[in-house]
Amino acid sequence: MTTAPEPAFLEPWHAQLFALTVHLNDSGRLDWGDWAARFGATLAVHGLDRDLDGGDDYFNAWLETLEAILADVGAAAPDEAAQLREAWRQAYLNTPHGAPVRLST
Amino acid sequence: MRVKALETILTRKGLVDPAALDEIIDTYQNRIGPKNGAEVVARAWSDPAFRGALLRDADSVIAEMGHYGRQGEHVVVVENTPEIHNMVVCTLCSCYPWPLLGIPPGWYKSDAYRARAVREPRRVLAEFGVTLPEATAVRVWDSTAEVRYLVLPMRPEGTESMDLTQLSELVTRDSMIGTGLPKSPR
Repeated sequence: MTTAPEPAFLEPWHAQLFALTVHLNDSGRLDWGDWAARFGATLAVHGLDRDLDGGDDYFNAWLETLEAILADVGAAAPDEAAQLREAWRQAYLNTPHGAPVRLST
Repeated sequence: MRVKALETILTRKGLVDPAALDEIIDTYQNRIGPKNGAEVVARAWSDPAFRGALLRDADSVIAEMGHYGRQGEHVVVVENTPEIHNMVVCTLCSCYPWPLLGIPPGWYKSDAYRARAVREPRRVLAEFGVTLPEATAVRVWDSTAEVRYLVLPMRPEGTESMDLTQLSELVTRDSMIGTGLPKSPR
C-alpha cells in the first residue's frame, strides 16, 4: 500500500469506461444504486479465487458489469458488441502508426 | 476495444454523446482531486461556523463552494478528535467522495483494503504509518452509493499563524480517507 501520488487513471481505457458509465448515469440511463450493487456483486465473484489489486482487474469487473447491464436493457446486445469489437480490432490493425484510428463504416 | 465497442454502439443509438465523455474525463483528470477536499478542510480548521455547517450538512456547504457535485449522492463529514479516529472504506465496491477527492487510489479499490479495513483497522493504519494512542477509538465508515464519507482530520499543532493556502497544503488525500494524518508544519 503506497501513499505516493498517482494519476487519476492508470490506463486510457479505464478513463473511457469510467466516463461512459458516469455519462449514462448523468443522462438518467443508469441508476447509481443499481450500478453499485451489480458492480459489487461482480467484484465479489472475481475476488473468490484471488485477491483483486484494484488495477486492471477492478476495471475488468467494471466492464463486465456494464456490458451485462447494457445487454439486459437491450442497449447493447452481446452479438452487436462482439461485431463492433472485431470492427475496432481491424481498424487498429489497418491504421498506419500515428494516424487516428477510425471505423470504416 | 471492448470499451470502444460499447461506446460506438451507444453513440450510434444516440444514447451517448462523445463530447460529454471527453468532458467527464477532463474533469476527473484535471479539475477535481484531493485539493478540493483540502480546501474544505483548511476552511473548517480556520472558521468554526463553517466547520459547524460542514458537519451538519456537508452537501449544501460543498455546493456553495462550487465543487462539482453529482445527483443522488450525499457527503457526510466525520471529524477526528483525540478520542475518535475515523477511517473510510467501501466494502461493496469503491464508493468515494469524487467531487472532493477525485478518483480513488488503487489500494482503496483493492480486496485487501476493502476486507481488512473493517476487520483489523489498526493494523491497516500501522501499514500506512499511522499509530494512534491506545485510548483513541477507531471508527470505520462503510461508504455506499448514496452516502460517501470525508474525514475531517485534526488540525496539526503549530499552525496557528497559517493562512488557508498554507493549511490546505498540509492536508493529504489519505488524511481525508483516514489512512493518514495531515503533514506537520516545518
